[in-house]
Amino acid sequence: MTQFSIAKLPLDRRSLFRGTGALVVSLGLPGGFAAAELGAAVKPPLAPDQLDSWLAIKSDDNVVAYFGKMDMGQGVDVAIAQIVAEELDVPLARVSVVMGDTLWTVNQGGASGSTGVQKGGIALRNAAAEARRVLLELASARLGVPADRLEIADGVVAVTGDPARKLSYGELIGDRYFDLPMKWNGKLGNDLVAEGQAKPKPPGIYKIVGTSPPRFDVPAKVFGTLDYVTDVKVPGMLHGRMIRPPVAGAVPVAVDESSVRDIPRVRVVRDKGFIGILAEREWDAVQAAERLQVTWSEAAPPFPENAALYQHIRQAPVLKREVPLATGEIEPAFAGAARVVEAEYEWPFQSHASMGPGCAVVDAREDGATLWTGSQKPHFARDGVARALGLPQEKVHGIWVPGPGSYGRNDAGDAGIDAALLSKAVGRPVRVQGMRYEGHGWDPKGPASIHRARAALDPNGAVIGYAFESKGFSRVDIDTNESDPAYSLAGQLMGLPLKPLQGFGIPAEAYGFANKQLAWETIAPLLDRASPLRTAHLRDPVGPQIQFASESFIDEIAAAIGADPVAFRLRYLKAPRDIAVVKAAAERAKWEPRPSPRPDRNGDTLTGRGIAYAQRSGAVVAIVAEVEIDRRSGKVWARKFTVAHDCGLIINPDGLRHCIEGNIVQGTSRALSEEVAFDPARVTSTDWLSYPILDITEAPEAVDIVLLNRPELPPAGAGESSIRPVAAAIANAVFDATGVRLRRAPLTPERLKPALA
Amino acid sequence: MAERIAFELNGEQRTVEVTPETPLLYVLRNELGLNNPHFGCGLAQCGACTVHLDGAATRSCSVPVSAAAGTKLTTLAGLGTPEKPHPLQAAFIAEQVPQCGYCLNGWIMTAAALLRENPHPSEQQIRDGLSGLKCRCGTHMAILRAVRRAAQAA
Repeated sequence: MTQFSIAKLPLDRRSLFRGTGALVVSLGLPGGFAAAELGAAVKPPLAPDQLDSWLAIKSDDNVVAYFGKMDMGQGVDVAIAQIVAEELDVPLARVSVVMGDTLWTVNQGGASGSTGVQKGGIALRNAAAEARRVLLELASARLGVPADRLEIADGVVAVTGDPARKLSYGELIGDRYFDLPMKWNGKLGNDLVAEGQAKPKPPGIYKIVGTSPPRFDVPAKVFGTLDYVTDVKVPGMLHGRMIRPPVAGAVPVAVDESSVRDIPRVRVVRDKGFIGILAEREWDAVQAAERLQVTWSEAAPPFPENAALYQHIRQAPVLKREVPLATGEIEPAFAGAARVVEAEYEWPFQSHASMGPGCAVVDAREDGATLWTGSQKPHFARDGVARALGLPQEKVHGIWVPGPGSYGRNDAGDAGIDAALLSKAVGRPVRVQGMRYEGHGWDPKGPASIHRARAALDPNGAVIGYAFESKGFSRVDIDTNESDPAYSLAGQLMGLPLKPLQGFGIPAEAYGFANKQLAWETIAPLLDRASPLRTAHLRDPVGPQIQFASESFIDEIAAAIGADPVAFRLRYLKAPRDIAVVKAAAERAKWEPRPSPRPDRNGDTLTGRGIAYAQRSGAVVAIVAEVEIDRRSGKVWARKFTVAHDCGLIINPDGLRHCIEGNIVQGTSRALSEEVAFDPARVTSTDWLSYPILDITEAPEAVDIVLLNRPELPPAGAGESSIRPVAAAIANAVFDATGVRLRRAPLTPERLKPALA
Repeated sequence: MAERIAFELNGEQRTVEVTPETPLLYVLRNELGLNNPHFGCGLAQCGACTVHLDGAATRSCSVPVSAAAGTKLTTLAGLGTPEKPHPLQAAFIAEQVPQCGYCLNGWIMTAAALLRENPHPSEQQIRDGLSGLKCRCGTHMAILRAVRRAAQAA
């Protein structure tokens, strides 16, 4: 069996319900309730407007925080524990965090948009502050001393000047419940806000927030004792594998079960295009899936040639156009320009390519079901399984168990629906895991796109007009979460009606160009259902591609007028935080002001530096990349990065540094190596050889990080901000080193070498 | 046909009765109930399934269980314990290396074999020795720091 949570297990239900009876005190409390009402023996139902839904205090003085977002291995749970410990005035070691269990946590949206601390932390902070307020009042009543003569340290309330008179939190309410309402804005997911009457502490007095306690999950991972979703074993469980069409869009015409008759106890489950195969032993299921003979319909290959992808995007009809930003008058500015700079950039489909293919276990019974999932949005994954099984939501228990990597909506959600349908079909618990070709070939993809930029310059080289347009596949062919089976592979293979969504984005910058227009357009997917090129959110959805284009183009304008790239940016940036990160990165990197490219571009090893900056949901980042290029091979080594990072108040500096390093390395990989390959029938990059990611021999020599802490600002997300400008910083450095502007990602040797000859 | 295959697993003598062509990984995970190592690719391309066979880092997804017969097999969980960690495990904790951590078998088991052969490798030897292993979360910088730290501690 498995453990259900990275953090300590929740209080077991029996101990939770073994209350010691309500505490009876007589002192009235401010706020319209009496202390006598506190200390309920029975936990109120799980709802965002109940303090008990957010934290529990045990009789041994430990605190359990119930977090409805998720940590995906970046220490968000530690940050939440720090926030709770800080507000409650308890030692961090006393706080454990439960997340991802739908019986114990409210739906705060799971991992989504790097908002774990930024949004998810708000309710926890408020709840902890509220609990502290109430505990103080409770102590006041019990000790018969006014609250203003009490002080709290390490979870103990003591009389000022008489420390022997004290009560710990555990003595005050341990193993019982506050049964106290919180104000809730009625929303679930990312926008959920819950608050009590207490005002959280001002950051100026923080003692635990701002320090760097280590991660909870690291030792178990390093000693090989942590269970992943792939390790969940349920009694009676069958092993399932899915059969995917060899030509995208083909449907099975006939399935020859005799082809696997020699493998013991194999069962095939089929419903329209959905085919799964089950066996008692996992290796039998793997072999059966390989050998099963299926006759497929003669579907016309749905995709263009890979080489024609960008031409397809250029020519495809526009489904939706938005102009989220327009200031001044664009066309008059261009009509009156002394000079116009123009460029077009291209970005391919990219894969989540998680370390392990999607996996889930479902035990579907007549009256309910249990889902074990690695999805980063387990509440929504639970909702999707409930719908797929035709069960009410509350009859399905979703349990998150760490998955093999998660950077958005990967293949984890599909595995959950697959396992649910197979389990229902055979009446036994089923574990489904993909094979590697599914992890790469059938996961939802980050969208391919083109980006056109134009700048109008006056005779002095000042920018008097700026237009940037992206055109590409929607970022959300399938929705951002798995709550609707219509967006799952299984649902689409079984013919559920399609509900395509349209969305893209614009550059995240604030250059003060006078006449400025930022727009996007989406086009139809290449195959409308169950497509191996369907898109969904991949880390910093559409951020890296848009900023690759927009920040490359800023350098192209600077180069056109012979300006230093840092000085050019500072000429147009107005927001103090934007200016601060650009200056901090340049200063730390010992940036030498001069235009790009560098004048001396000789020798077999070319070197250069480039800068790029980006905003993201309240965070702002500037990156200086320094590259070395082997002229003979065209290979780019991103040797060093200097990152200036401002995400508001910093909760855990060391965790933040690790998070930034991961962003930089994954961003470098996507900039230099990653491109989904396909032919007209299928995705052909289906393993690590055909979809290479950054090797450790290619890792930077150094990632130098400057953290700009802003205690006066609320914490913003850091999980994705610093991946956004990486590709542009590298491309700008490549231009500086070589004088060659690469406008198609990834920046592979095959693309650079011919230009260096 | 199933055969009896015996080996020493993390210090304990074990015998399994399986078809000898079954990949070692499936036998470790299912017949022997280990939850570690992991299936990553089944193609010996990523390292998530790495174990030591007589000290040599081996991709257990791509060798038949018969290859383990008579060997001393060590997994990440058998390399060290919280009470007695392998220097690499201590270093990976000190450097807070993993994000998702699914890849760790590859890095730690391969680095352990590397450091046994060459206790004080150069930076280039560390990188070359770990080349080919995958970490999708991009913890490369921390991995390098941890291996350097373990090498210095040796």
